[in-house]
Amino acid sequence: MRAGLPYALAGFLLSLSFGVLARNAGFSPLQAIVTSAIVYAGSAQFAGLAIFASGGGLGPAVAAAALVNSRFVPMGIALAPSLPGGPVKRAVQGQPVVDASWVLAGREDGTFDRQMLFWSSAIQYVTWQTGTVVGAFADELIGDPEKLGLDAIFPTFFLALLIAELKQGRGRLTALVGGLIAFALVPFTPVGVPVLAASLAAFLGLRRS
Amino acid sequence: MIWPLIGSLAAVTFAIKAFGPLTVGGRELPEWSSRVIASMAAPILAALVVTAALADGEEWAIGPDTAGVSVAGVALWLGAPVPVAVFSAAAMTAGVRAL
Repeated sequence: MRAGLPYALAGFLLSLSFGVLARNAGFSPLQAIVTSAIVYAGSAQFAGLAIFASGGGLGPAVAAAALVNSRFVPMGIALAPSLPGGPVKRAVQGQPVVDASWVLAGREDGTFDRQMLFWSSAIQYVTWQTGTVVGAFADELIGDPEKLGLDAIFPTFFLALLIAELKQGRGRLTALVGGLIAFALVPFTPVGVPVLAASLAAFLGLRRS
Repeated sequence: MIWPLIGSLAAVTFAIKAFGPLTVGGRELPEWSSRVIASMAAPILAALVVTAALADGEEWAIGPDTAGVSVAGVALWLGAPVPVAVFSAAAMTAGVRAL
């Protein structure tokens, strides 16, 4: 739980800006709060909201969120063997997973620490909801999240997780290749696809065999 | 329009997160797969950083947030705690934007 705390604090600021942006897009406070409570996937919430706010409509907004979330398909496949129980029980256990908890719980042998997974998800869920509530009600007080530089928190959040990995001497090559794949694909694919494609760099993990 | 959006987002997210555990779990995976799985975090995280800090939607874009994230990256590499890095990223971004 302690390991998840710094990321949970960053999550508070992220969801705070989500609350504000949702209000600006015409959401009521309740709608913003319910979104965070039942969707609970930060990047997808931001992606869907951005399309919706720019007048993209329901279909494109949901499609964008699905693409941004698509990395959870390979991540879920990775996680699956570490989850006990039948298919339904496993599918339910896969729900609270977010990026930070998935990374923190990952072990070097490819298995996942379930205690770490659920506790770090749990504490992040709490701060994610709190941040949304504050953002949704204090939107006028907070003003434009970009003016406060809150948009830099999202990449910083992932950079913190990445650097923690790299400092352990893991994943330097795969991170570089994944980053290059994503960067190269940005202008040519819908949002979300570059990240999904970057996960293919994980196959470099086979090279030592 | 907003409630259907929220419901659809929740349903899609549920389905995507359920897919792996539903289809793959409960059987032994080949030995090589664990090496791929253990190597998955770094490229996904790097891609999330790159697409958020160096792009704006489907366009490459360098902006104040790029500066903020760079500062945070140096701070993190030097051992700064995550909250410190987060605040310096936001402060740097806000500062550059205010120029």
